[in-house]
Amino acid sequence: MATFTDTARGGFRPGMLIYDTRYRSLTIQIAFLFLFMAGAAWLVDNTIDNLRALGKDFNYGFLSVRAGYDINQRFVAYTSDSTHGQAMLVGLLNTLFLAFISCVLATVIGVLAGVARLSRNWIVAKLMTIYVEAFRNVPLLLWIIVMMAIMTEAMPAPNAFRGEDATASMLLWDSVAVTNRGVYVPEPLFTRGLGDVDVGIFLVSLDLIAVLIVGTAGLYAHALIQRHAEAVQNATGVRPVTWWKSLAVLILPLLALLWALGFHLGYPELRGFNFQGGIYMRNSMIAMWVALSVYTGAFIAENVRAGILAVSRGQTEAAYALGLRPGLTTRLVVLPQALRVIIPPLISQYLNITKNTSLALAVGYMDLRSTLGGITLNQTGRELEAMTLMMLIYLVLSLMISAAMNVYNRSVRLKER
Amino acid sequence: MKKTLLLGSLVATGFGAGAATAATLDDVRAAGQVKCGVSTGLAGFSAPDANGEWQGFDVAVCRAVAAAVFGDPSKVQFVSTTGQTRFTALASGEVDVLARNTTWTFSRDADLKFTFVGVNYYDGQGFMVKKSLGVSSARELDGATVCIQTGTTTELNLADYFRVNNMSYEPVPIETNAEALQQYLAGACDVYTTDASGLAASRATFADPENHTILPEIISKEPLGPLVRHGDDEWADIVRWSLNAMIAAEEYGITSANVEELAKGTANPEINRLLGTEGNLGAMLRLDAPWAKNIVTMVGNYGEVFNSTIGEATPIGLARGLNAQWTQGGLLYAPPFR
Amino acid sequence: MAEIRFVRTAMLPPQEPPVSQIGAVRWVRENLFSGWLNGVLTVASAAFVVWLALHVGPWFMNAVWNAGSLAECREILAGTDGACLAVIRDRWPQLLFGFYPSELYWRPTLALLLLFVALAPALFPAVPRQLLWFSAIYPGLAYWLLWGGTLWFPVVALAGFAVGIAVFIALRPVLPLVAPFAGLVAPVFWWLFAVVPVTGLLAAVLPVGITPVRSDSFGGFTLSIIIGVTGIALSLPLGILLALGRKSDLFLVKTICVGFIEFIRGVPLITLLFTASLLLNYFLPPGTNFDIILRVVIMVTLFAAAYMAEVIRGGLAAIPRGQYEAADSLGLDYWKAMRLIVLPQALKISIPGIVNTFIGLFKDTTLVVFIGLLDPIGLSTAIRANTNWNGIYWELFLFIGAMFFVFCFGMSRYSMHLERRLKTDHR
Repeated sequence: MATFTDTARGGFRPGMLIYDTRYRSLTIQIAFLFLFMAGAAWLVDNTIDNLRALGKDFNYGFLSVRAGYDINQRFVAYTSDSTHGQAMLVGLLNTLFLAFISCVLATVIGVLAGVARLSRNWIVAKLMTIYVEAFRNVPLLLWIIVMMAIMTEAMPAPNAFRGEDATASMLLWDSVAVTNRGVYVPEPLFTRGLGDVDVGIFLVSLDLIAVLIVGTAGLYAHALIQRHAEAVQNATGVRPVTWWKSLAVLILPLLALLWALGFHLGYPELRGFNFQGGIYMRNSMIAMWVALSVYTGAFIAENVRAGILAVSRGQTEAAYALGLRPGLTTRLVVLPQALRVIIPPLISQYLNITKNTSLALAVGYMDLRSTLGGITLNQTGRELEAMTLMMLIYLVLSLMISAAMNVYNRSVRLKER
Repeated sequence: MKKTLLLGSLVATGFGAGAATAATLDDVRAAGQVKCGVSTGLAGFSAPDANGEWQGFDVAVCRAVAAAVFGDPSKVQFVSTTGQTRFTALASGEVDVLARNTTWTFSRDADLKFTFVGVNYYDGQGFMVKKSLGVSSARELDGATVCIQTGTTTELNLADYFRVNNMSYEPVPIETNAEALQQYLAGACDVYTTDASGLAASRATFADPENHTILPEIISKEPLGPLVRHGDDEWADIVRWSLNAMIAAEEYGITSANVEELAKGTANPEINRLLGTEGNLGAMLRLDAPWAKNIVTMVGNYGEVFNSTIGEATPIGLARGLNAQWTQGGLLYAPPFR
Repeated sequence: MAEIRFVRTAMLPPQEPPVSQIGAVRWVRENLFSGWLNGVLTVASAAFVVWLALHVGPWFMNAVWNAGSLAECREILAGTDGACLAVIRDRWPQLLFGFYPSELYWRPTLALLLLFVALAPALFPAVPRQLLWFSAIYPGLAYWLLWGGTLWFPVVALAGFAVGIAVFIALRPVLPLVAPFAGLVAPVFWWLFAVVPVTGLLAAVLPVGITPVRSDSFGGFTLSIIIGVTGIALSLPLGILLALGRKSDLFLVKTICVGFIEFIRGVPLITLLFTASLLLNYFLPPGTNFDIILRVVIMVTLFAAAYMAEVIRGGLAAIPRGQYEAADSLGLDYWKAMRLIVLPQALKISIPGIVNTFIGLFKDTTLVVFIGLLDPIGLSTAIRANTNWNGIYWELFLFIGAMFFVFCFGMSRYSMHLERRLKTDHR
């Protein structure tokens, strides 16, 4: 209030609210806020009126009501007796899973295609150009539907594997079955497994945790060996040979653990209507995964290409002049600089993937949109509640991804001194 | 600069539409058309032809209402709705009547606040399999992969059926009928389940219908009918009696061919009342006296519509079955016009 | 002494360079087989191309163009592999125009052609500036051509702007403070209360009109283009305001703008479309109910505005600080500085980004199929629901994909051309 008393000496006139720049910004902001609040109040008021007129209320009680429908792909225990809330959780996990694997594959495809587009190999460069243009200029929804059509039409039905005169056969020494219902791959099984631990919403396999711990320990030992070799090299100028040590600490403990747990592969086999056993990757998931990755990969390829082109040619030449080999030049000189250009658009591509998983309904992949925003919404008739909850979840997801990637972005940013 | 377009249309369409809750008939008259929600495409029930004209069994209900209100069956604005958007479209007043293979259930009536005005097709959920699978009963489907249309009651019925019979299954949810059929034909699912009428309709369009069989089990009751919003009984009456007029017309033998003849007056007072030559049934609905005659002349009676859209003479090839008149052993039973 | 020295006196004729260094062989060596990795890639790529040609080629070669149904197609093909392009021949008007009356197809076509004329001042710098007047009246003209009805409605609606400007000019000498505000409010009142009666009056006095067409007749690519173009055109002014708000010093304005932009960018478009179709009726006064296409356009506009704001923010960030300072030192106020100095430069830099946003939006219009609108993909479902064409899909997808590709590829080429042209301006 100090400013206020200061100016009051000269006499405060209402006109100053507009003409005096000190007050004007305040006036504008208050007017803006007032308009904003009025608009929001108007919407809320209308909503209340409309709900009353329809005889509905606004509550999330439906989330604890029996869902009554089944979901095929689920990472947590779920039956048709579970609640709508659990169905939502299953859908959310499916969304997250799809988004994650799509981000990984899209990055791989994008980087490969982006580099290949710059290749001196004419036919490869041209093919990649065609790929990038074809996918960037046709709607994602169409690609998703086309991928699904390819999966269902071009692959053999499980029946084709049956009998003496089977028209289809399993791949890779009878371990992988590619059918028009999905792909069955062998699953890891443990005869002397450690069992699972229930952490509330889902089961965590202790075997997996053991493998992860041993693997991480191996990596850490590998890093120690490298650091030691570095020290020796700095002291003596001769780098000791370490590859066999690294290999040993990485592989041997893991093999020992797997043997101790009784590791073996469970192969899919045709029983009844379908293949049984193995890991079953449903068509809907594969179609979404491939379509999302290949579509977004085309955009990432463009980002990667732009990033590499943004590194000036002088950098490469300087590296050559220092005697670095092409591989090292790319790894130590070009890539770190290119990454700074590539990362920010990459973040928005990851965000796009996450948001685009909501097209999953087109092929019947049961993501958040298909469970909470689809079947649940439809069976309970709670549009307002389900849609707001769904928007909130997507919003939180997006904000988390951009926050995480921004942290990474900051770490690779040009450090100006 | 394009704000004009936005605001202009807002003014034109928004404020002209008026209240959606009260006196639907007046709104419909003011708009000059009945807004009717139909499926985005289901062979025989509602699908646009090459000229963009909507055709089908559900579409005929909309046309009947238009014929009753305006004496012109073309005064219908068809709004294509998906399984997801249909109820909101009706609740919000985007459509005046929904004729879209919608099952009459307790919660849709009491909780979603809709009035089902009657049943235009008695259906039940069935299963279709390929003959080569060697399955003769739904009890043998343990472990099967089942294609379902999501957003419908079939999803819940299916879950309940397999649960009660202690069988497992792999659901493949699909958004549209066309997509589901493609999956089924390609063998991506063993079974396709939906209303038995839909199964028959779809099977008829296959290149090899003889290789597919519809299993004998009907696992649910699916009374399909047109519905309107709660709260406007007058409008509900108009839709209800338009449907009943079609059914009654068939019962009394009134067809589009002989309606002119019968409208001159007959010995049967019920026919006379129905066709408006006796009494004032039309005025009670706030409609013209020959409202029912218009329906029969312009759209046809229930049997005619059935035969021309989904009956045995069409590619869909549905038998009347439950949908025969009560006098023929079916369930169709129009209350008396008196 | 015998001369045993050998001195060549005449030049040798130049030898041909080795085969590996000239012509096609050299090109092949350098471009296709410069290393073992490249060799493998080349062989693999070539194999892929040949495989594709062998599989897709016959399908195209055997294409059937004349048939009334898929069954007929199959009969003609008699078991061989071939496309049934007859479905395109039968249904292409529907895929392009939806259910628009066939005798009026010239109207959307003309509207599209005039769109290019209206865009010309932005696309080609050589076009005379007078054409901007046409761009200004184009929205009204397009509305009239597409929806039909009386000519007076778009004219009276456009007149709202004239009313606003007139009020502003009339009030400026008298009440300089109130004038801008009145200039903004007057057109709103005009649109809310005057348009309908004035239109009715004018239409009664001088009826000029063409056959009206209802919104539910719109479909196919016409629908995609209408949603895409109106969405982007409306989102441009909104996006500029949001971008300015985001860069503003005013804390509240900035917070609200950032919140709006991040919210819209954080949720999928499909949830916004569902809001348009399922929830908008809850948010508006009871009984209000308007066209689904309009509702979709509103949500798409909000969606595009958030992305547009980010594009324009990038453009604003690229303007050197000196430009802002120069504007300040000339004594220009905020709006003048923005209007005369900053925005013209920032928008010019942003044009490629705007075009890219438009391409993205145009592709995203296919999502309206989830709320039951019949865009090309929705129509393909409807066509397959017809007994004649049940079971056909590759051909339809191919046609739709090709159409989208032509539109989007053309635009992206144009945006690249623009990028090059603008680059030379700045360096």
